[in-house]
Amino acid sequence: MQPGGFQSSSKIVQWIEYRLPIFSFLDHSVGTQYPSPKNLSYLWNFGSLAGIALVIQIVTGIVLAMHYVPHGDMAFDSVERIMRDVNYGWLIRYIHANGSSMFFAVVYIHIFRGLYYGSYKFPRELLWWLGLVIFILMMMTAFMGYVLPWGQMSYWAATVITNLFTAIPWAGEAITEWLWGGFVVGTPTLTRFYSLHYLIPFVIFGIVFVHIWALHVHKSNNPLGVEMKTPKDSIAFHPYYTVKDMFGLGVFLVVFGFWVFYFPNYLGHPDNYIPANPLQTPPHIVPEWYLLPFYAILRAIPSKLGGVIAMVASLGILFLVPWLDTSRVRSATFRPIFKQFYWLLVADVLVLGYVGAQPAEGIFVHIGRIATAYYFVHFILVLPLVGWLERPKPVPDSIAAAEAAKQGRPAPQAGE
Amino acid sequence: MATMAGDRGHAGDGSRRDFLYVATGTAAAVGAALTVWPLIDQMNPAGDVLALASTEVDLSPIEVGQSITVVWRGRPVFVRRRTAGEISAAAEAVVSDLPDPQTDSDRVQQTEWLVLVGVCTHLGCIPLGQKGTDPRGDWGGWFCPCHGSHYDTSGRVRKGPAPENLAVPPYEFVTETTIKIG
Amino acid sequence: MGRINTMGTGRRLVAGLAAVGLAVWISATGPVIAAEGTSYEKRDWSFYGIFGTYERAPLQRGFQVYVEVCAACHGLKRIAFRNLVDIGFSDAEAKAIAAEYEVEDGPDQEGEMFTRPGRLSDYFVPPFANDNAARASNNGALPPDLSLITKARGGGPDYVYALLVGYAEPPGGEELPDGMSYNLAFPGHQIAMPPPLWADAVEYADGTSATVPQLAEDLSYFLAWTAEPKLEERKRLGLKVMIVMIILAGLLYAVKRRIWAGLH
Repeated sequence: MQPGGFQSSSKIVQWIEYRLPIFSFLDHSVGTQYPSPKNLSYLWNFGSLAGIALVIQIVTGIVLAMHYVPHGDMAFDSVERIMRDVNYGWLIRYIHANGSSMFFAVVYIHIFRGLYYGSYKFPRELLWWLGLVIFILMMMTAFMGYVLPWGQMSYWAATVITNLFTAIPWAGEAITEWLWGGFVVGTPTLTRFYSLHYLIPFVIFGIVFVHIWALHVHKSNNPLGVEMKTPKDSIAFHPYYTVKDMFGLGVFLVVFGFWVFYFPNYLGHPDNYIPANPLQTPPHIVPEWYLLPFYAILRAIPSKLGGVIAMVASLGILFLVPWLDTSRVRSATFRPIFKQFYWLLVADVLVLGYVGAQPAEGIFVHIGRIATAYYFVHFILVLPLVGWLERPKPVPDSIAAAEAAKQGRPAPQAGE
Repeated sequence: MATMAGDRGHAGDGSRRDFLYVATGTAAAVGAALTVWPLIDQMNPAGDVLALASTEVDLSPIEVGQSITVVWRGRPVFVRRRTAGEISAAAEAVVSDLPDPQTDSDRVQQTEWLVLVGVCTHLGCIPLGQKGTDPRGDWGGWFCPCHGSHYDTSGRVRKGPAPENLAVPPYEFVTETTIKIG
Repeated sequence: MGRINTMGTGRRLVAGLAAVGLAVWISATGPVIAAEGTSYEKRDWSFYGIFGTYERAPLQRGFQVYVEVCAACHGLKRIAFRNLVDIGFSDAEAKAIAAEYEVEDGPDQEGEMFTRPGRLSDYFVPPFANDNAARASNNGALPPDLSLITKARGGGPDYVYALLVGYAEPPGGEELPDGMSYNLAFPGHQIAMPPPLWADAVEYADGTSATVPQLAEDLSYFLAWTAEPKLEERKRLGLKVMIVMIILAGLLYAVKRRIWAGLH
């Protein structure tokens, strides 16, 4: 009898399993012995897609690192060498650059799925926190990665964002010079960003494992927000969700291919094809699209320190969401008022993103401030109030009961 | 799980189901191959490296008895314009006595011009003998200072730990006075 | 047999339509409003679109325009003479073009730098030794290297073309500072480069009539290639990969449906 209980007719599998029960481990975590709610929608594909996006970034990144030179005098040229001379270098570079956008797109959908269906609520608060930590590390990694090609946007985005640290009272200047390794952004900054850009994805990889571990304790949430109670509510992860995830991956790769092969520079900025010039600032400094909402919040507050605090708070407030949302109903499916405010939040974030890309002038300043204000109002005021005051729609007793109701059958009795 | 989901079906479904899985598996394998190849090929020499895969050498400034060193694919190449004495010494050697038997005629295209990769076949040091003041070993060719290998006027190893003669790179005479190496 | 997740299909349909809509919107033709009130037409280049390729004739004409007109001030340092094989020159022709240039090499045995005729492995020689020298010869303005210019400007080859044909009299007879010219496409409308093209500035090797629009079009075409020499390879591979992936996604969908049909 195998230690983990995994049976197989293959002698090789048995040999391995007896010494290291990897097969029963896999079977219990992603296999036939791991129960998942039977009603998960395609919105539940995005976690696995995020994991795959991470692997794609790591693999293409390691390969790019074989050719890239992290020095101010050579970085830009080394990237052009990759694009022109390295076999398939153009492909690997475009995959890595567009892969960053795909990674964030997938993670944003994953996060907003969580916000809609209350996936952050008890008992998944830590799972939510781990996800936020991954998100923050992703943003740091993406920011440093964007500096590496050493184009105009690379250099000046690095200058603007590192300059934020001068806002720290008293020690700000010293901290910023410490970050730079000099008096301005330069090669020392580049080399340390390169080192950390290579390191942090592996830290993310580790935290992803803890994130999945936390998930596996109480298993997945589902569109109804009702926990699995009996085996009638669940199906085995394999083969149902393994094959659904594979199909999701197929669609993801088609969308990915669309960007890589036909619009590889659309999501980027032309100024980054100009080598960095420390003596000439581009007319409009803009981060990549996935950082725009935070950039808008940063610029909305007129004071430098205030802007930094607001930007940090906009992420920090997300950690408090499990407690700010006072409703005892998880899923927005049964929360008509919450649902409307949710879509308002989505619109607000899109507005913030749009404003982040515009020059900080005229009407954009006002829109940005209103949108920033609403963002905080949503989390600090709307969530608790709606949770208290809303009368949710009746929540089904179980997933199986909801399924039966939809099919016009009576709900399954206990023990059935 | 003894039965897979989807096993419940008519008997005729069997071949259609298998075809689907085989077709999907094949497409996935093609996809995987398309994915893996660039990751491997990117480590092959890049365009700018391949551009330096051949070097042209102008022979006209080289005088009789003179040796020059050029760089080819990152390594030194010895080009020596041999004297009549060096040519005859090379031709008269008893081939069967050589540690790595090879006739001189197999190692040159024009007897006056000797083109060799200047890397000792023992452990890769660069043998001496290019400059007039260098020791040339007991056979008047080259001498490797690292472990004492001697090469003759055809670049063949005569004594010492080197197992093979100095390599002759691929080259051709593009004109009377120009060779292209590689 | 009921299915629980009909929502998934609807959402996927919406997502698919959104993606298609995005693609259509991106490819839409029409005027583009660019920086600071400038605008230019989107043009139809043969290298646009899924099946886009570079035609060798305009590439070679554009190359001729670069060499005879632009190279006096603008470098092309990311293009090596061996790359000219990709625009239709033979090895021997590219070698001959390379040999027309004097390339710095060295130091020699005496420690001196020297020049020698170019080889295939060499890159185009910049017209000025460094940026300061370039500025000194151009009233303080720096003529940018053109290798990446179509990717370094938002409008790409459309913008480059518009700039080349966009010289005009300043409106209302406005006086421009010394050395500046009025240009409709350039942001701010004042450009330090005087009009670089005029009719028959170049006598095309293939006999094409060298009007200013023709010269501008060929040059923009060539510069699109210098910025993106791998475009054809990218689109060729893209077609293969997208077909395989779409088929694979379709097959995976069928597999998914089959496996899920087993429920209930």
